[in-house]
Amino acid sequence: MSEKKEYKVIGTRPIRHDGVDKVTGRALYGADFQIAGLLHGRVLRSPHAHARIVSIDTSRAEAYPGVKGIVTAQDLPDPADKVADLGEGAVNLKYLCDNILARDKVLYKGHAVAAVAATSPHIAEEACTLIDVAYEVLPPVLEVRQAMEPDAPLLHENLKTTSLGETADEPSNVASHLQYKKGAPEKGFAEADVVIEREFVTGTVHQGYIEPHNATALYNPDGHLTIWCSTQGAFTVREQVAEILQYPISKIKVVPMEIGGGFGGKISVYIKPVAALLAMKTGKPVKVLMNRTDVFEGTGPTPASYIRVKMGATKAGKVTAAEAYLAFEAGAYPGSPVGPGAMCIFAPYNIENVLIDGYDVVVNKPKTAPYRAPGATNAAFGSETILDELAERLEIDPLEIRLMNGAKEGDRRADGPIYPRIGYIETVEAAKQHPHYAAPNGKKHHGRGVASGFWFNIGLESSVTINVNVDGTINLVEGSTDIGGTRASIAMQAAEVLGIPAESVNPSVVDTNSVGYTAVTGGSRTTYATGYAAYEAAQDVKRQMIARAAKLWEVDEANVQFADGEFSCINGKEEQISFRDLCARLGETGGPVVGSGTVNPGGAGGAFATHVVDVEVDEETGKVEILRYTATQDAGKAIHPSYVEGQIQGGVVQGIGWALNEEYIYDAEGTMTNASFLDYRMPTCLDLPMIDTVIVEVPNPGHPYGVRGVGEVPIIPPPAAIANAIYDAVGIRMTELPMSPERLLKAIGTI
Amino acid sequence: MQAFEYIAARTVPEAVALLDEKGEKARILAGGTDLIVQVREARRDVDWMIDIKAIPEVNVLAYDAEAGLTLGAAVPCYQIYAEADICDAYPGIIDATKIIGGTAIQGRAGVGGNLCNASPAADCIPPLIVLNATCVIAGPNGERDIPVEAFCTSPGQTALEKGEMLVALKIPAPQNNSSSFYLRFIPRNEMDIAVVGAGASVTLDDAKQTIVSARIALAAVAPTPLFAEEASALLAGRELSDEAIDAAAQAAQAIARPISDMRGTAEQRTHLVGVLTRRALNGAIQRVLDA
Repeated sequence: MSEKKEYKVIGTRPIRHDGVDKVTGRALYGADFQIAGLLHGRVLRSPHAHARIVSIDTSRAEAYPGVKGIVTAQDLPDPADKVADLGEGAVNLKYLCDNILARDKVLYKGHAVAAVAATSPHIAEEACTLIDVAYEVLPPVLEVRQAMEPDAPLLHENLKTTSLGETADEPSNVASHLQYKKGAPEKGFAEADVVIEREFVTGTVHQGYIEPHNATALYNPDGHLTIWCSTQGAFTVREQVAEILQYPISKIKVVPMEIGGGFGGKISVYIKPVAALLAMKTGKPVKVLMNRTDVFEGTGPTPASYIRVKMGATKAGKVTAAEAYLAFEAGAYPGSPVGPGAMCIFAPYNIENVLIDGYDVVVNKPKTAPYRAPGATNAAFGSETILDELAERLEIDPLEIRLMNGAKEGDRRADGPIYPRIGYIETVEAAKQHPHYAAPNGKKHHGRGVASGFWFNIGLESSVTINVNVDGTINLVEGSTDIGGTRASIAMQAAEVLGIPAESVNPSVVDTNSVGYTAVTGGSRTTYATGYAAYEAAQDVKRQMIARAAKLWEVDEANVQFADGEFSCINGKEEQISFRDLCARLGETGGPVVGSGTVNPGGAGGAFATHVVDVEVDEETGKVEILRYTATQDAGKAIHPSYVEGQIQGGVVQGIGWALNEEYIYDAEGTMTNASFLDYRMPTCLDLPMIDTVIVEVPNPGHPYGVRGVGEVPIIPPPAAIANAIYDAVGIRMTELPMSPERLLKAIGTI
Repeated sequence: MQAFEYIAARTVPEAVALLDEKGEKARILAGGTDLIVQVREARRDVDWMIDIKAIPEVNVLAYDAEAGLTLGAAVPCYQIYAEADICDAYPGIIDATKIIGGTAIQGRAGVGGNLCNASPAADCIPPLIVLNATCVIAGPNGERDIPVEAFCTSPGQTALEKGEMLVALKIPAPQNNSSSFYLRFIPRNEMDIAVVGAGASVTLDDAKQTIVSARIALAAVAPTPLFAEEASALLAGRELSDEAIDAAAQAAQAIARPISDMRGTAEQRTHLVGVLTRRALNGAIQRVLDA
């Protein structure tokens, strides 16, 4: 795919299909859902970060007028029963269930303990205060290094460290230890002229979606359960609810409503099984809505981490060895993204000798959930800062050292895979050639920094059905939650195949009974994989339409050609008919045409990004102002460039927030003291410059149009790029996120 | 959210009588941008909300170059900064009204409510202090006036007695060669609560070289907003100089008694008092010089 292909629809910027509904406020979100006889649910949450549940008495709440039903963990199937049958799966099932409604212990403040369904939200809230829970309060452990200490309070009495295939004898908060090794690190460091090692600490960070979690469940006497909700994947909700309630998948229908942001935070379920339990118990539809504090305290953030990075290079700038130690907070149950963090940390570079150790550690905070390139931002903060320091010590331009060591096709990543055609070098070149990098930057307290990032992207299953309309349009049915304009980017791929305008496609995101299995909108997979399914479905339509034209002209199918939206006869007859006109003749040629496409592609091309940022540091207050930002990224092929740019800008903004101010602040008892958007400080418009984007297109050989996922990688470079810019401005290496004004003042030595 | 009664009072005596009758669980509702949030989050127990927005006296916004400013207790921020002569006369107040919340909040929230909420971090209070504002209070025993720096007594608590309400604020007319300035430190550029706030007013001599008088006030560094009396007094009669301003800033730092919380640490706040006091004084002085 070296030569530039000419496309008619791909690469253009049509108005998104869901745009009018969203800007006029007509789009229906989960909280908008109404149904006759609706009850309102409210979850009672633990006031303690770590405690044993001694007893739960719901009798006072049950007697409260308007209360229709109360559930606790006793209403969930007991996963302990499954231990013998499922082995390790049962352990996971227990964790999954216990996170929905705590059974024996609460493991974080905000952990769900019980839930009430009542005739109004106020009654449900009032009734929660009448549930008497007796706790035996235990000391919490709130930080990863403390949790790893041998005498740390244990969250799970039965959790034993799995280390490189071996399971330890004694219980521990360390759930697992993984390791990737390549070459001979000791030899590599011996060859280096300069070796730099530093420790890094990053805070707990929220995905920052605007819409809180919501779910409405309806249980029919015939056993059918329907859930309307905000989710990144209706099918994963169906799977998780089926697993937690031990209920047949065939009896669960999940209807995805519009989503007000997810960023990874709306994959795990929290209140959906609770709404279902309440609906089963009361026989009425039950709606459960979280408020913002519930979201902060009761759902998964991305983890805090402790990271040590060591890198060595020759005088010429060749990185000879790299080592990393990553300890990630999993939250209350195992499952931090330390794995992806470990795989991504040195991924942009071809380094001969690498050793990476990762630790997944439980602490008394909510179980972590995915967030945009989970684990990779934490990791890159360390590696990209050290690389900057190496470049500085060796007096090499920081982009130049990245070019010198940058990974290319055929290079092997430390965790094993060999890269197919990738576009890392191209992103660095694009940054280097951008006017931003040449612009003067010499003012006092102004600084410039660069950093790069890598994210795998994923494939997974997607299904698309296309129904052809008699007027030449198509209805495209898909199962991918549209978070960033994917109705448009999926529809455009089908339109390209059929030679019709994007506006002639009506895309719908439908429920789990109405489309084939489709995995979550996550892993930057939707435009890639569901787009691929749309391509396949459109190819199916094309084949069938060719057959119809052949039938019409009474020729062999092989004699019908389709190009630019026109069918023509290439042998004998002088026949021609447009896609649109042929659509009008489906009835006479055999009836409706329905095309389908299903995929599970393995060729999700990895994505790379390189960012350049200018900052100004107020040395008196410690405040960092972002003056200019340029992000280059390999998108493979940008289907709808505006939404690629939007994804890049959005990722950068979240990365800036992570870099400068965002963090969960806990008191000694484990209560989050900033559980609101007032004090959990995400950037606002006034905190940001226009973010320039450069889309580099190195087509992904694993997709018919060369698409690479774009959503995640842009969040990875900002914290390191900004740290490097702060160093350039004031000569201080910041090694803790966020680089808040107070931390910066301390590092400068002002306070 | 708890259930409560809503009552719209039509006159000051009616509101006062209601407050007196209902006692502690009655609260005045003006813009509601603090009160409604507090009730919703169960941080305040309120059985009666007495809406005063229909009372004429609390909606007065009157400026006269001789008499000064009368600012009714329920006047929202946007009405204040829409008046050009008020902006010219009291720029320190305007600085504060423009940074409270966002545009939508400023359509509802007012200076009077900001004062009565008695947050140590309230943005409007330091400028009111440096502009010598007086609180006009109505109660069962008639009206009384107190200086604004005496109004807040502890976080969320005021000098209002049972049955009393704030009717208006009165600010004297500005003197010649004077101006005012308010700024706060927040980690972002909007939608935040002050880590530290500092207000300053200055009056210069006709040559604009000597400080005739100055007032400095601070927010978010003590249980109530503070009038930095000694720091202010240090400046009277001093020639304009960095040394004079540094001395005042140090004196202001000496009275700061900040706490550490999720918005900032005590040492950070004490440091910022110095920085912001200098910036507030220089800002006010620059406004006089530019006039």
